[in-house]
Amino acid sequence: MSTTVKKPKVDTAGRQAGLDLYRRMRLIRRFEDTIQSLFQKGEVHGTTHLYSGEEAVAVGVASALGAEDRVAGTYRGHGHALAIGVEPQALLDEMLGRETGVCGGRAGSMNIIDLEHRLIGCFGIIGGSIAAATGAALALKRTGGVAVAFFGDGTTNHGYFHECLNFAKVNDLPVLFVCENNLYGEFTPWEDVTAGQILSRPKALEIPAEQIDGNDVWAVQAAASAAVERARGGGGPQFIEALTYRFVGHSRSDPGKYRKPGELDAWKERDPLKLGRQTLIERFAVADADVDEVDAEVDALLEQIVERGLASPYPTPAPATEFKD
Amino acid sequence: MPTLDFRTAIRDALDEELAHDDRVIFFGEDVAKPGGVFAATGGLYERYGADRVFDTPISELAITGAAFGSAVNGLRPVIEIMFGDFLPLSTDSLINQSAKYWYLSNEQASVPLVVRSAVGGGGRFGAIHSQSPIGWFHNVPGLKIVCPSGPADAKALLKAAIRDDNPVLFFEHKRLYATKEEVEDGAGDEVAELGRAKVVREGTDVTLVSIMRGVHDCLAAADLLAVDGIDAEVIDLRTIRPFDRQAVLASLAKTNRLVAVEEGPLTGGWAGEVLSVAIEEGLGDVDDLWRIATDDHPIPYSPPLEDAFFPDAAAIAASVSTRLAGSAG
Repeated sequence: MSTTVKKPKVDTAGRQAGLDLYRRMRLIRRFEDTIQSLFQKGEVHGTTHLYSGEEAVAVGVASALGAEDRVAGTYRGHGHALAIGVEPQALLDEMLGRETGVCGGRAGSMNIIDLEHRLIGCFGIIGGSIAAATGAALALKRTGGVAVAFFGDGTTNHGYFHECLNFAKVNDLPVLFVCENNLYGEFTPWEDVTAGQILSRPKALEIPAEQIDGNDVWAVQAAASAAVERARGGGGPQFIEALTYRFVGHSRSDPGKYRKPGELDAWKERDPLKLGRQTLIERFAVADADVDEVDAEVDALLEQIVERGLASPYPTPAPATEFKD
Repeated sequence: MPTLDFRTAIRDALDEELAHDDRVIFFGEDVAKPGGVFAATGGLYERYGADRVFDTPISELAITGAAFGSAVNGLRPVIEIMFGDFLPLSTDSLINQSAKYWYLSNEQASVPLVVRSAVGGGGRFGAIHSQSPIGWFHNVPGLKIVCPSGPADAKALLKAAIRDDNPVLFFEHKRLYATKEEVEDGAGDEVAELGRAKVVREGTDVTLVSIMRGVHDCLAAADLLAVDGIDAEVIDLRTIRPFDRQAVLASLAKTNRLVAVEEGPLTGGWAGEVLSVAIEEGLGDVDDLWRIATDDHPIPYSPPLEDAFFPDAAAIAASVSTRLAGSAG
């Protein structure tokens, strides 16, 4: 074996994986920006609940999952869907109410279902995701899969939360509960309406639980990977409280007047995309220009799917079958 | 001739479907080791084990939510919600999740779950353990509602409900659990077809339409009416949704008079739907139509109050006699 001068080791696998995580977060951010703009133009209807600012949670968790696992998201679910692999075109077309949408235009923003891509559903009423994932875990227990429920801090005061955490624990179900604590339940600070600490609730049921930085996608990935592995190995339900922040209002009509002074700016300093870029450069020796290239690719993709989506046909009203035969 | 009782019919249907399909699981409060508070599910836990038959916490949200989640991931859950009166706790999973999934998912998947629940009055259980909550679910598209009146039928219908690919509410009237009937060998072994009514007594003068215990009241009323020379036909709807319009319309065409007898509040009940269909699609055959249902207030506890509250055979017969006498001229 010839001897060579040792260079600093570059973690090429980690670099590529890191760029993929970043790309997915960027996709979600730009997707949400696009939805906002299309909403203002009257192309997206009803209401929207955007995931901007919380991207690292869904992307980090999704990166820890395998083909046998399943995810249940919330009405703020575009990020959950894109993170798990729902086609951006099909998701956008659904928002646009088009026939080519992932649910044929029947579901809209709050109720996305895409079983082919492991998404059991997104649920318009809080707690629905917890119920769906708990039930999914009953089935996945047979096949070695793990079910993930995403939900917000507000849901920790909901009946589904308390009933399903207990149900999952007593049945040793392989389910990962991911609480996205973005500090507000709609317009109300979580601490004003929540007794004690969120983490103390799963802990009271002896469910392994930890609080993590939800804006650091690598931290989320590490915690989720460990939790999924425990659940898959028969360790029963697991719980993660990911601290994060939404950069936009609760829904399209919310200007966010309840935010504390300086709070939004402080969180924007910890923007998951900004942290992602910084980490890629510092930890994985990625060039700034390479990250710019990812940004440009995502922007180009968004431009392309918007053009296609707006050109897609609306569904034709026709009788639907009430039941499956 | 062998006899079959209602409890055994329910247990046998569950037993046979658990044996028939490994994807079938069954859970609820006190259903496994204790065998059910109505003693209808004994022995299943012992036969199929805790992975397939298990007791749950008293958590209707979790029970129903878990049924939904497991059903869209390959299982065919049957759950028991002990009393129908507890079903309001299950409504998000049933109405918003299960019933809408087939449509909202653009037919990616349906939700094959069954909710068994004991309903009905006459047991002195008071306002919140005696209701027949059909009306609460009747206007939910995508949810089937099955209401058997007898043991053999209950068995065949429950098997059909479990094999159905859609969410099904299966109601068991508490006053029917102790009933038994003589049956042919193998009765209830077949899998019924949901959405088919049965003419359980043929007649020419008036059609009485009911479900569950109401069918027995109508049959007894028909016997009383026969004494007065009124020949009543009795239809057991068996399923409320889907609803066998043709059976009702065919009978109406024969008798020209129809009474829907409902153990539940008059306002917004299923009996109103039966009359609506009769009017919309069979108006030319109608001489008279009306409903017999309960007053629009909660179910009372005290025996004389409760007995007077529910329509019984005598009340049904009296209503028919009076109405027919009034229109006889």
